[in-house]
Amino acid sequence: MSDQNHPLPPFALSLSKGLAERSRSHFAARSGRFRLPPVRTVLAGLLFAISTPAFAQSLAITGATLAIGDGSEPIRNGTVVITAGKVTAAGAGIAIPPGTKTIDVAGKWVTPGLVSGFSRVGLVEVPAVNETNDASARSPFSAAIDVAPAINPLANPVAISRTAGITRAVVVPSTGTGIFAGQGAVVDLGADMNPITKPRAFQYVEMGEEGAKDAGGSRPAAILIFKTMLREAQEFAKAPASYDGRSKDALLNRIDAEALVPVVTGAMPLMVHVESGRDILAVLALRQDFPALKLILAGAAEGWMVAPQIAAAKVPVIAGGLDDLPSSFEKLAATQSNVGRMVKAGVAVSMGLMDRDEGLQLRLATQQAGNIVALNKVPGATGLSWGQALRTISSAPAEAMGLGDRIGSLKAGRAGDVVLWDGDPLEMTSAPLAVWIDGIAQPLDNRQTKLRDRYATPEEGALPKAYAW
Amino acid sequence: MRKSATPLLIAALLAGVAGPAGAKKDKDAPAATQGSSAEPENPYPSTYKAYPGTATAIRGATIFDGEGGRIDNGVIFLSDGKVTAIGGADTPIPADIAVFDGTGKYVTPGVIDIHSHLGNYPSPGVDAHSDGNEATAPVTAHVWAEHSIWPQDAGFSRALANGGVTSLQILPGSANLFGGRSVTLKNVPARTMQGMKFPGAPHGLKMACGENPKRVYGSKGREPSTRMGNMAVNRATWIKARDYQKKRAVGKDQPRDLGMETLADVLEGKILVHNHCYRADEMANVIDMGKEFGYRVTAFHHAVEAYKIADLLRDNGVCSALWGDWYGFKMEAYDGIKENIPLVHRAGACTIVHSDDDNGIQRLNQEAAKALGAGRRMGIDIPDEIAWTWLAINPARAMGISEQTGSLKVGKMADVVLWNGNPFSTYTRPDKVWIDGALLYDSANPKLRPVSDFEVGQIGAGDVK
Repeated sequence: MSDQNHPLPPFALSLSKGLAERSRSHFAARSGRFRLPPVRTVLAGLLFAISTPAFAQSLAITGATLAIGDGSEPIRNGTVVITAGKVTAAGAGIAIPPGTKTIDVAGKWVTPGLVSGFSRVGLVEVPAVNETNDASARSPFSAAIDVAPAINPLANPVAISRTAGITRAVVVPSTGTGIFAGQGAVVDLGADMNPITKPRAFQYVEMGEEGAKDAGGSRPAAILIFKTMLREAQEFAKAPASYDGRSKDALLNRIDAEALVPVVTGAMPLMVHVESGRDILAVLALRQDFPALKLILAGAAEGWMVAPQIAAAKVPVIAGGLDDLPSSFEKLAATQSNVGRMVKAGVAVSMGLMDRDEGLQLRLATQQAGNIVALNKVPGATGLSWGQALRTISSAPAEAMGLGDRIGSLKAGRAGDVVLWDGDPLEMTSAPLAVWIDGIAQPLDNRQTKLRDRYATPEEGALPKAYAW
Repeated sequence: MRKSATPLLIAALLAGVAGPAGAKKDKDAPAATQGSSAEPENPYPSTYKAYPGTATAIRGATIFDGEGGRIDNGVIFLSDGKVTAIGGADTPIPADIAVFDGTGKYVTPGVIDIHSHLGNYPSPGVDAHSDGNEATAPVTAHVWAEHSIWPQDAGFSRALANGGVTSLQILPGSANLFGGRSVTLKNVPARTMQGMKFPGAPHGLKMACGENPKRVYGSKGREPSTRMGNMAVNRATWIKARDYQKKRAVGKDQPRDLGMETLADVLEGKILVHNHCYRADEMANVIDMGKEFGYRVTAFHHAVEAYKIADLLRDNGVCSALWGDWYGFKMEAYDGIKENIPLVHRAGACTIVHSDDDNGIQRLNQEAAKALGAGRRMGIDIPDEIAWTWLAINPARAMGISEQTGSLKVGKMADVVLWNGNPFSTYTRPDKVWIDGALLYDSANPKLRPVSDFEVGQIGAGDVK
């Protein structure tokens, strides 16, 4: 492991050295009954040192092991300069404008804020509690559904993900009626009430096993429904006033037809969930009928089998990452080398959460990326370099969303989304020491850290636990 | 229904003609000669035999022995399926054996997963393969998970090659209050479940608290539909079980009852209780229920709120089998925190990392790493070699197999993983895995990569996964 002790950076120690040392010596004595100094005290001290008050100001981070997020490898002694909420410079040998507040992080890791390529964060609080799950609906509408107004920036998984270094996420609706789920968004995970980076960023459609099910039971039915609906959207575009949508033959009502117009014209990307090689080819072939389609493939567990075709079609992929089981008949050839093989073939690959906990576990991004790096040491496997792996959870998903010039990397002009880590970000023992979104230092506590502090010792104190908050 | 009636009828007939039951069971004698409630000792016996291995030594690696010990630049020697020597660089080894250079690598006992559904919820996850929950009644203590195991689940080989898993417990699902018997397997490919069955491992009993049983049966308009209903059905069942067990113990005539046999064995300490339970308050109720009826819970599984009652768990000697970071996916998981494992560990209670997942089982070492990091950040500085007990001797003890495996002690099964780096690093994978001294995975040898019957002849068969 690269960093076993996770020492706090010097500026944190200077504020809270006494507390930190006391906690260690208490543990060494194995007393078991003492009360630890709340970790939030240490973190609060750190944040106080970095950025007070918490609004965007000029800031330079120096002495970093710096990863830009564009696929390049980390550099030593790197500098990031943030001005007015944006990155103005990052790299080695950067001149710091006079008067800029500067933090020397003494070799610690600095990355762009991570971007989840596939999530439902903010749409879900507790997935199994229906009232808190806004991912899908049995509704008269499908394609027109727009998740943006429903994103809850105060959902606990937002803060939990932010605390783990995730600063932006692609939020994907789930199908409820038919094969189209509606319009997804790109959000930020900042501690404020304005979560939307880009509303209506893409339309989502199911075309594999799930698509077949949503279409009534078969793939040909899904393809026919898809083509028919897009043709109806074309009819709507030609003459909106005369499109009825209520006749027996119409599949789309007026509202959904209108929503699919930008898809068929290519103004809005279409994210298509498919897993198998043959389904991927069938989706790429849809452009014979609808040449303007701006496709994004989601899933693509067997993408490696048709990687040259995906690359030639210049279609980005948002992969599930570590799929390696034949968990369905559309994933028979799943392998963890999928991502590496696709990248090698020239496909732009991002990673996200495809199967479960999409609303909760965005923080698994670093584990996915780290495991792809691990493959480099496995004979016969295809992994990614560290920098390439980081790219799949930073700039690649940003670019897939058409936002590569705004978020996802530490290049000049991008949002000031920066994470300072206590170790190698792709190691499971590591965690952020500080997170900035749009240049604003973010709180690093959340409901889980409060529970942790409350139960640092399990026994009740002079008063019940309910008084410890 | 018609099909199953015939064997039941035969059993009843046999029971009718049998003589009086002996209080003491004879391991070898068939049950039908013993009496109406006498049961065969081991009716689905293990046929597993260690595969041939060659005497092997690894030199120069860092060794975590699975009981908390660490040897830097260590030597381990495996022969005849056992660990035959372990120690520092000067440990003598025979001259004429295969020696692997472990420099920069780590050696651990094989990972043990105490909570898996491989084989009873296998890949592909189609309806025809859904064999983990007999969700037709809340009390199904009579079902045995081993009778659902499909040995051709590709998940076994992934757990071996990517996770270094050498032993695992397969449990029934959590739809039912009493889910049935679990089975412990060696993670070796085999044609039959019996070919994987861990010789001599006791059965477990899967129980479940909370949301699942009350949801499954409440939605069918039947008991239990509440947590109090869960407890009432549990208690009523234990009352019957104690009655059955008392009669059986004195050889009193009674018809065989598969479910009661399981529960009577629990009451006699022969079967270990593995209780799916998330919330602290429910675990406390279950601990009291164990006292009421005279049994002990061996381990609470999932236990996302174990950290709230770590003292209670310690004082009652109950293990907690936990995830690294799962939380919030349902209401009873809402308070999950990453520090659960280190907090329970620090309180002095037995702590285990488990998967309950065909992907998670491939990365239990990384789940432990999450807990290590979270603990260290709050000042709970658990050394790596101590943390490995969560994956080795602790689950082995809770599964009743710690005499045979779970640590690298001389004379124990040579269930060993050679890792290509520190196994708490994301960048590390198994290099080689031995089970009972047989090399069953070698990252450098594509032919030592098991391919299940399901996968053979399909796209991707034999690929690196």
